[in-house]
Amino acid sequence: MATSPTTTNGTATSYIDRIREPRWLNSEEAEVGSYAVKSGLAQMLKGGVIMDVVTADQAKIAEDAGAVAVMALERVPADIRADGGVARMSDPNMIEDILKATTIPVMAKSRIGHFVEAQVLQALGVDFCDESEVLTPADHEFHSNKWAFKMPFVCGCTNLGEALRRIGEGAAMIRTKGEAGTGDVVEAVTHARAVLGEIRRLQQLPEMELMTAAKNMGAPYDLVLEVHRTGKLPVVNFAAGGIATPADAALMMQIGVDGVFVGSGIFKSGNPAQRADAIVQATTHFDNPDIIANVSRNLGEAMVGISSRELTESERLAKRGW
Amino acid sequence: MPLNIGVLALQGDFQEHRAMLESLGAIVTEVRLPHQLEGLDGLVIPGGESTAIVKLANRWGIPDALRRFIDNGGAVWGTCAGMIVMARELTEPEPEPFGLMDITVSRNWFGRQVDSFETELSVKGVPGGPIHAVFIRAPSVREQGEDVQCIARLEDGTPVAVRSGKLMATAFHPELTPDTRIHELFLRLSAGDLSSV
Repeated sequence: MATSPTTTNGTATSYIDRIREPRWLNSEEAEVGSYAVKSGLAQMLKGGVIMDVVTADQAKIAEDAGAVAVMALERVPADIRADGGVARMSDPNMIEDILKATTIPVMAKSRIGHFVEAQVLQALGVDFCDESEVLTPADHEFHSNKWAFKMPFVCGCTNLGEALRRIGEGAAMIRTKGEAGTGDVVEAVTHARAVLGEIRRLQQLPEMELMTAAKNMGAPYDLVLEVHRTGKLPVVNFAAGGIATPADAALMMQIGVDGVFVGSGIFKSGNPAQRADAIVQATTHFDNPDIIANVSRNLGEAMVGISSRELTESERLAKRGW
Repeated sequence: MPLNIGVLALQGDFQEHRAMLESLGAIVTEVRLPHQLEGLDGLVIPGGESTAIVKLANRWGIPDALRRFIDNGGAVWGTCAGMIVMARELTEPEPEPFGLMDITVSRNWFGRQVDSFETELSVKGVPGGPIHAVFIRAPSVREQGEDVQCIARLEDGTPVAVRSGKLMATAFHPELTPDTRIHELFLRLSAGDLSSV
């Protein structure tokens, strides 16, 4: 059965479709940087591991281990946490070195609301921008307008309302914030369970309660309607913030995310190449405990870690953004 | 009898393929290990990162199993990264493709993500007018063997879809649009019906 090519996800009324429809329906020419290709790249990353790297050599190790993308940054979150001060976008030279060193997609971080850092990343040819709470926010009130870019964005969230606000601003991918740089998975679990649980609750609500639900979670009504109808986020949803072992990665996959970011967990561990490989295997075979057991052997020291309970409120990166 | 179709579920957008194939009446199996290929009529290799898919496949002997699967009459369709891993050869040193189809492929032919695009495309064997094709960091076919047929080109002549017997490869992602016609074509190939192409 052939269907009209006026929609991309099978439903003529979805929010995303309405936003993107006019952009190519009236266009004779190929369209570059549309929402379909931005959210589509995120689809291609699913079931995969995105690894933080600070050098071209690390990027190569990540690629060889089977990472689906690398996050180029000057300091991993554990070091940003230890060093203190203002954390900003990385040096363009360093990002370019990593762009040259690898054939997989390269992500880089901008500060929340720092749309000029994002413009710079797009100019460098970065494949995905992470508007990230790991860096020091540049705006206390507003996040960047991500519709203005042909480079896709991923944004962090701690609950469904926050996820839908970021999608409303044009994010093509969502990740849980977790608590970056701790090696403690508990916050990633908390945020993933919050998002997925709220989706299940939204599905159960009668239609007359959806506007109030949208008001209470501070989310765009159109997106609330869409989640109510489809039972899932309209974009890919990864876990991030504290994943340090193969079992952590598989835990997040079994809870129901689409893939994982591993920040400090790999290159702050004793044997990065072997740990990277093991986390990739565990993410694919997340429901096969025999394989997870097999790859978890003799990985050496995991990153030292900080219990997220020991952090003060001001040390919590997940509190950044709104 | 419904067809039994596998989707290689190591990494990538295999759920989108699965949903579309199921909507067309196929019984779909996720394939992560070689023994899961048994009893299948066809296998889809989804979009994803080709380096990751190759790495994960090699670990458990998937490439050899796939060559046996094809020798025994199985159909295989690769989309984007799937096209890359099916190739006999790449113009880049890495990754090492499975060599399932006599094509030479270039990765990221159109550039980085900021160059990704969507366009209209006519595909041989697909009735009802052009399809809407989504290209994401897409590859293209640079050389093809004599028994390989190009079934779609961009306006500038760049080959973006090829077929040889029951093997098919597309540089774009039919699974990201609601149009099921390419999936229907693959189900016909999997059933052994080569009459439309």
